[in-house]
Amino acid sequence: MSGLVKVKRSNWFYFRSTIFYLFLLFLYGPIAVMTVLSFQGETGGLTFPMRGASLHWFADVFNPSYIGDFRWPWGRSVILALIIMVLTMVISFLAGLAFRKGFRGNVVFFYLVVASLIAPSILISLGIGRMFTSLDMQSAWWSGALGAHLTWTLPFGVLIMLAIFSRFDPRTEEAARDLGATTWQTLKSVIIPITLPGLVGVALFGFTLSYDEFARTSQVSGEHNTLPLELVSVTGTASTPSLYAIGTMTTIFSLLVIGLSFVTLYVIQRRRAGGA
Amino acid sequence: MTQLTDRLQRYSTALQMTPLGIALLLFLIGPIIVILITSFYKFNGFLTIPDVTVKNYVKLFTSGLTLDNYLETIRIAAIVWIVTAVLGFIIAYYLVFDVISLRAKMLLFLLCVVPFWTSGVIRMIAWIPFLGKEGVINRVFMSIGIKDEPLEFLLFSEFAVILSYVHVFTLFMVAPLFNTMARIDPSLIEAARDNGAKGWQILLHVIIPLCKPGIAIGTIFVLSLTLSDFTAVRLLSGANVGTVALSISNQIGSYNFAYSSANSLFLLIVLLLIVGGIMRLVDVRKQL
Repeated sequence: MSGLVKVKRSNWFYFRSTIFYLFLLFLYGPIAVMTVLSFQGETGGLTFPMRGASLHWFADVFNPSYIGDFRWPWGRSVILALIIMVLTMVISFLAGLAFRKGFRGNVVFFYLVVASLIAPSILISLGIGRMFTSLDMQSAWWSGALGAHLTWTLPFGVLIMLAIFSRFDPRTEEAARDLGATTWQTLKSVIIPITLPGLVGVALFGFTLSYDEFARTSQVSGEHNTLPLELVSVTGTASTPSLYAIGTMTTIFSLLVIGLSFVTLYVIQRRRAGGA
Repeated sequence: MTQLTDRLQRYSTALQMTPLGIALLLFLIGPIIVILITSFYKFNGFLTIPDVTVKNYVKLFTSGLTLDNYLETIRIAAIVWIVTAVLGFIIAYYLVFDVISLRAKMLLFLLCVVPFWTSGVIRMIAWIPFLGKEGVINRVFMSIGIKDEPLEFLLFSEFAVILSYVHVFTLFMVAPLFNTMARIDPSLIEAARDNGAKGWQILLHVIIPLCKPGIAIGTIFVLSLTLSDFTAVRLLSGANVGTVALSISNQIGSYNFAYSSANSLFLLIVLLLIVGGIMRLVDVRKQL
């Protein structure tokens, strides 16, 4: 690094740091404004000026008579995200184990995973929806939407596990075997602990990508909306600052989930450093 | 004995791949096959009728609307790609080479990527109070006297859509570029400097070539997300923008599943060709 540290602070440095901090402002500005506006007074509208400050619009979200009753969609989204999180972790971890050893057809699987990532969300959604219809079934948030979410979370999960396993020294595992560990013991006491930080990452991606997914869910949620679908459906026509209130709440919820993941990673790392 | 272990090994690999295989078969390959079949169906204005007709494709490739939609989508994607690539490069460069403390580096990087794990829909909606006729920007402009009248093009326009793409997708450039840039051996830069290369020469002949894989991965993300998005267009374009994915979504809205199937299948092929081309240039798998 020494060579880089010595770089003298040119005008370009100030240009880059200005761009960087402007970008952060650009990144967080709109959401900050939305958060402020969600505390809009009872008589206030969707934009400034603030007509006083209140929690009225937050209370409105929990008011069952409000046209977008967000409570059930939120519940569905959380349950679905938890299921997707667990499925993504298990499926990606197992696939990671197989990819690590290499097998015939691994390239095909790799490209399928990439295809799943880049496939147009509208195609996935329409395709799953039509598939249910052709089987005379009705897609629902826990069936068709679950599948649609997997096509989005699994590529991230599998690619993360590929990255984790490519840094995994196979000699660790061989050493465990040589010391007499069974396959199961090696998995439990060597492979899983070493890849645990990666698995936490997969969990974070699995949960948040599912919780926020809109496009792939759009044709397959059936009669009951998930939260992002409900949000899009009330935007425009029946917008009140309640929309911002739910936006603020769901953002705080996401930040808590992200925070929890990072605390978990931190604890794992601390334990590791302490236990070594 | 070794033969038995070998066989078990192969068996375990198959078992480990089974869940992923089933998921991809059910929710990726299955739907694509259904779409392929549906694209040859007939739509009589009310119902989708099983048939084998190429009418949908004939309509798709002869309709001026298809061309308009693709031109508009490609133009938007090109703008978004250039802006996110330049912005992503500057940000990654700043994080990797300008920020010296490792702790600060990680913290600032996290600040850039945290929004990825929050709701994209909310982040698009959050632009509405910002860009509207009575929004923050117009208020600021009018109060400091830059403009007398509110700017109308800010919200419900192509501008709003592009802005929100840059907002949501730039981190897809930042993350892979950060990853590849951080792996550049500093001694290479030193060597270039020792040999008398100027700052811009180092950038052009050392850093940018070494960043190609990062740019490639970022490009794959940004292009595939931009080309297939209809959420931002629906929320922020105010029906002033006609992109491919939005028109597919509208065709689905009017129950024309046959035509929208043909249309979305063609979009998939376009995307696969673009991404396939990029992956031929750069071995993406090596970057993991």
